[in-house]
Amino acid sequence: MVAIADSVPKPAARFRFILDRRDVFGSILVAPAILYVLLLVGVPFLMAVYYSLSAYTIYDPSWRFVGLSNFVDIVENPEFRHTLYNTFIFTFGSQFLGLVLGKFGALLLLRPFPGRKIVRALIILPWAVPIALATVAWQWMFDSLYSVINWTLIALGIVSRSDAPNWLGNPHLAMLSVIVVNAWRFFPFAIVIFLAGITAVPQDVLDAATVDGAGFWRRNYQIIMPMILPIVAIGLIFGIVFTFTDLSIVFLMTMGGPVGATSVLAFSGFQTGINSGDVSHGAAISLFMLPVLFVVVVVMLRFIRRREI
Amino acid sequence: MPRATAAKVLQETSFYGSVAFFLVLAAFPFYWMVITSFKSNADLYNVTNIPFWFNDPPTLEHFHYLFEKTLFTTWLLNSLIIGLCVTAITLVTAVPGAYSLARMIGRNGEALGIGIFLTYLVPPTLLFLPLSRVIAGLGLQNSMWSLVVVYPTFTIPFCTWLLMGFFKALPVEIEEAAIVDGCSLWGAFVKMAIPLALPGILTVVIFTFTLTLQEFVYALTFISASDQKPITLGVATDLIRGDIFYWGEIMAGALIASIPVAIAYNLFLDRFISGITGGAVK
Repeated sequence: MVAIADSVPKPAARFRFILDRRDVFGSILVAPAILYVLLLVGVPFLMAVYYSLSAYTIYDPSWRFVGLSNFVDIVENPEFRHTLYNTFIFTFGSQFLGLVLGKFGALLLLRPFPGRKIVRALIILPWAVPIALATVAWQWMFDSLYSVINWTLIALGIVSRSDAPNWLGNPHLAMLSVIVVNAWRFFPFAIVIFLAGITAVPQDVLDAATVDGAGFWRRNYQIIMPMILPIVAIGLIFGIVFTFTDLSIVFLMTMGGPVGATSVLAFSGFQTGINSGDVSHGAAISLFMLPVLFVVVVVMLRFIRRREI
Repeated sequence: MPRATAAKVLQETSFYGSVAFFLVLAAFPFYWMVITSFKSNADLYNVTNIPFWFNDPPTLEHFHYLFEKTLFTTWLLNSLIIGLCVTAITLVTAVPGAYSLARMIGRNGEALGIGIFLTYLVPPTLLFLPLSRVIAGLGLQNSMWSLVVVYPTFTIPFCTWLLMGFFKALPVEIEEAAIVDGCSLWGAFVKMAIPLALPGILTVVIFTFTLTLQEFVYALTFISASDQKPITLGVATDLIRGDIFYWGEIMAGALIASIPVAIAYNLFLDRFISGITGGAVK
């Protein structure tokens, strides 16, 4: 009798039963994360796309559809084309410099020497410390009057005080400065990426190559480089994405100046969309990042897939 | 063998010379922060002084000014509150999410995980325009709580990805044994998987906190009231009066805010690298 009475499931028991199905329980666990990301990344992303196709400003928040006219406006603007050009120079200049420094730094740190741990800890600093704060320190180092860099150049007799460079006031030097600061921020990241890759190359492969007569350069470029390519690619993708869309360095150091010489996409989008309140044009400018991001994401997915095979 | 010795000395010298070059390159701006923050103004703003060392005795005046006459302590507190709230939101969503993606959903879990991780690459500078409308709609404009709402948009994807790796590395047999012994799925997750993944969860806590400290773009976009700013934004933008930069105070503030992040990064660097490379390196 007791057994029959118990076989009718109580509501609570049925609920427990559902929770014990792996797919249902799994979906419930993952739902909050997916919802959060959908609501605050997915929906705003679609909003950004729609803004760029509308006449939306903060003074006239209409959702009137205007097609591609915002894009036509900005592409016809020579300032914008200059900004686009600057963004590429800024991104690839600093990534190239960062990678070269990263490769050399990694080769140095591969060799054991006394104090290597402390050296590594100090070299990581530029990448660890909040970039806005490090940028302010650089701004102070590039100061037009009290620049420590100029002081050193003058003390070494390379320039005189009267024609000391005005780092952030000259268009070319300003671009060079923001590139250097960004490369400085990324090279420690490149070092750790290279180190992680190189130490993962199996020693027996290297030994076999050495026995077969491969010298230092040959081992370096025909064995190590191809083997660490996937991980370096992932690091580079991070670098490109975060540089191409960066705002803080330019905003704090030069405000896009002098006369737009260091204006980049993110900065221009910020100025137009937030400071001037022209949301639709700002969104259109920001969306010019998408093609580059898209290419980067496709490449990244290919590397992730390859890893799984 | 004098020639071999000379070559050896030359090699060693160039090696340590290169190491020194990298050290100076990486650390000089921070040395500059330290020197500037302890220098008196008379020493700072004198172009004939040697800038690399103290010409006048070091002073704490900038730190006194920072703590007593600016909103620095408010910014510190704001950053702490923002960091704690974002960490809580991230843990509550990312830990179960990652566990589910690693264990429950099978092959779709991997694809979903990559999908979530890719949202980490959607840049703030693309989302800040619509998000500022969303924030205004929530009535949070010019409030630090807007950052508590927005920061999980990048901490959740990042931490879910990181934790997925940790859960996958755990032996599934332990949870299976618990279930055979009468544990529910929830029980196996809470009593078995979470305690075993604690090192991973600790990593996530540290990185969520540092990511919130490093963020600048959203804070700049959403907050203009001085007393609502987090520390990074406050130090970088609020210690300027007109055209005058309070360099001593700015560098002192930057120094204080940088130290905890620098320590955290150095302690957890290896886990961070294996996290973002998706375990490409074993």
